[in-house]
Amino acid sequence: MIWYLLRRLAAAAVVLLALSAIVYALFYLSPGDPAVLACGRGCDGERLALTREKLGLDDPVHLQYWHFLEGLVAGRDYSAGPDVDHCAAPCLGYSFQTDQPVTTMLLDRLPVSASLAAGAAALALPLGVSAGLLSALRRGRLTERVMTGVTLLGFATPVFLIGLVLLMVFCAYLQWLPFPAYVPLTESPARWAQNLVLPWVALALIQAAVYARITRAGALETLVEDHVRTFRAYGLRERQVIRRHALRGALIPLITLTALEVAQVMTAAVLTETMFGLPGIGKLTVESVNSVDLPVVVGVTVLAGTVVVVANTVADLLHAAADPRVKLA
Amino acid sequence: MTLLDTELAPGAEPARKVPLRGRQTWRRLRADRPAMAGLAIVASMIVVALAAPLLCALEGQDPTTFHSGLLDSARGGVPHGAFGGMSGDHWLGVEPGTGRDVFARVVHGARVSLAVALGATVLELLVGIAIGLGAGLGGRRADAVLSRLIELSLAFPPFLLALALMAIVPQSVPRPLLLACVLTAVNWGSVARVTRNQAMALRGRDHVAAARLSGARPARIAVREILPGLAAPLLVLAALKVPANMISEAGLSFLGAGVRPPTPSWGQMLSTATTWFRTDPAYVIIPGALLFTTLLACTLLADGVRRAVDPRWNGRS
Repeated sequence: MIWYLLRRLAAAAVVLLALSAIVYALFYLSPGDPAVLACGRGCDGERLALTREKLGLDDPVHLQYWHFLEGLVAGRDYSAGPDVDHCAAPCLGYSFQTDQPVTTMLLDRLPVSASLAAGAAALALPLGVSAGLLSALRRGRLTERVMTGVTLLGFATPVFLIGLVLLMVFCAYLQWLPFPAYVPLTESPARWAQNLVLPWVALALIQAAVYARITRAGALETLVEDHVRTFRAYGLRERQVIRRHALRGALIPLITLTALEVAQVMTAAVLTETMFGLPGIGKLTVESVNSVDLPVVVGVTVLAGTVVVVANTVADLLHAAADPRVKLA
Repeated sequence: MTLLDTELAPGAEPARKVPLRGRQTWRRLRADRPAMAGLAIVASMIVVALAAPLLCALEGQDPTTFHSGLLDSARGGVPHGAFGGMSGDHWLGVEPGTGRDVFARVVHGARVSLAVALGATVLELLVGIAIGLGAGLGGRRADAVLSRLIELSLAFPPFLLALALMAIVPQSVPRPLLLACVLTAVNWGSVARVTRNQAMALRGRDHVAAARLSGARPARIAVREILPGLAAPLLVLAALKVPANMISEAGLSFLGAGVRPPTPSWGQMLSTATTWFRTDPAYVIIPGALLFTTLLACTLLADGVRRAVDPRWNGRS
């Protein structure tokens, strides 16, 4: 087990390194001039030259990438003569458009994204798991058909469309809720929740569809197994069958597949944040793409790739730990 | 290593290994009512997209002319009249703020949506099959290199990478073409993985050995002996990719990184609608309903295709 763990971690580290190198090369060797892209629109000659010098764009690209890695581990300074911008470790880059280290910008936006993700997961998990279980237990009946239909709707609807409809119904038409404007949890928990209800629901509906499908498949698979039939034949109560077997059978795929869906959840979160105007990491990404703030785009892409790789690794390790049938070779 | 391990996870593989029997599959699909409903909607959407200039000529409007006279400047540019200014001249009303004809824009939007979704799917299949076959049949060294490449491509969050790439791609290329290429660049990995694994499994079969011994060239073996065995899983994967690409196009355009005005797209219209939904709900409902219906139809069709190819599929993944 320990060897498997170490090998798995080493593999993940290699993938991460390759991933960051590709992202770096992709964006800094792009056809456009990276200095122009980093400096932003309407950047004049002098500031452009300054940005070029600070980024070290005249160095060979492998040296630039080395400095990027160095910055991640030890922090770095972007200097041009007396003008120095310090970027503390872990430095993902420095945005010359906002004059801030990318890491700081991300950390500033993190509470918003975390609030959104946590609330949505708290709604989606029970909703999705119970819908999936219900659909598996009522196989072949109307309930199953309805549940499958609803799940399909969740898969086929873009999250921003759900968000728009929610806004129209609850804010514009019924006027039960104010138009969402993010309020920090530390300022007022009640208004924090009130403003986040709609984004939570929108994101949770999409996620619940994923959970429901996974749970249903896992439970169905377990319920037809021989040992479950034997337990039923011995007179084990249905409630016990569900709790001990159906739910447990669904648990392993739920853990691993949830981690594998992390990219999809990030996508939905970016769209939700933009839709509701929540100033989170997703909205930052969209803003920096639209204003072509290259260092932020590169930083966020590397970070997102890291999250996916870490989630995949954790999923594999959990899967190996939870299911003794997995070969550790 | 990494992501190929996840095949151990149930549901990670898109389809079990079943041979494709064309006529039988089609018969099963014909009997599948939701799938046929999906197919009918998708087919009519394709007709609408192809006939977009014709339909606009019939209405007598085009998607780019501003009609500022039809807007109520006192209310910030909301169209005059009920339901977003629907009238005999403008069947679905006009766009708030600009006064462009909504009917003309949504039928041209169907073109963008379908062209990007289908175009990206075809390109992904081409790239994925080429790389997958290279890995599966090209010998140990090619497999080592290409498999690492496939793993890497699967490690990226595709939508975010596409979003980032749209920031740096040349602005002179037509946006729909660019979108199809960018979506291909971030999504080819799953096709390549399925192709590689299937090709590996088929490589050792007798009919492949027989072809090799009778002196067939590797390219001929790949096309005549291996590709037919790939038809079933790739058909399922392609059917799933169409709605996935459509939703990505809508999402990217919604975020302002996809199709740009004056070219219309449903996602982009919905993005504009976020500022108008209070005063002009029709402008949300029309592109929203079209996008939703088309996506649902594609998803129903994809599910049906999967059931038809593999009747024992139990609805997972």
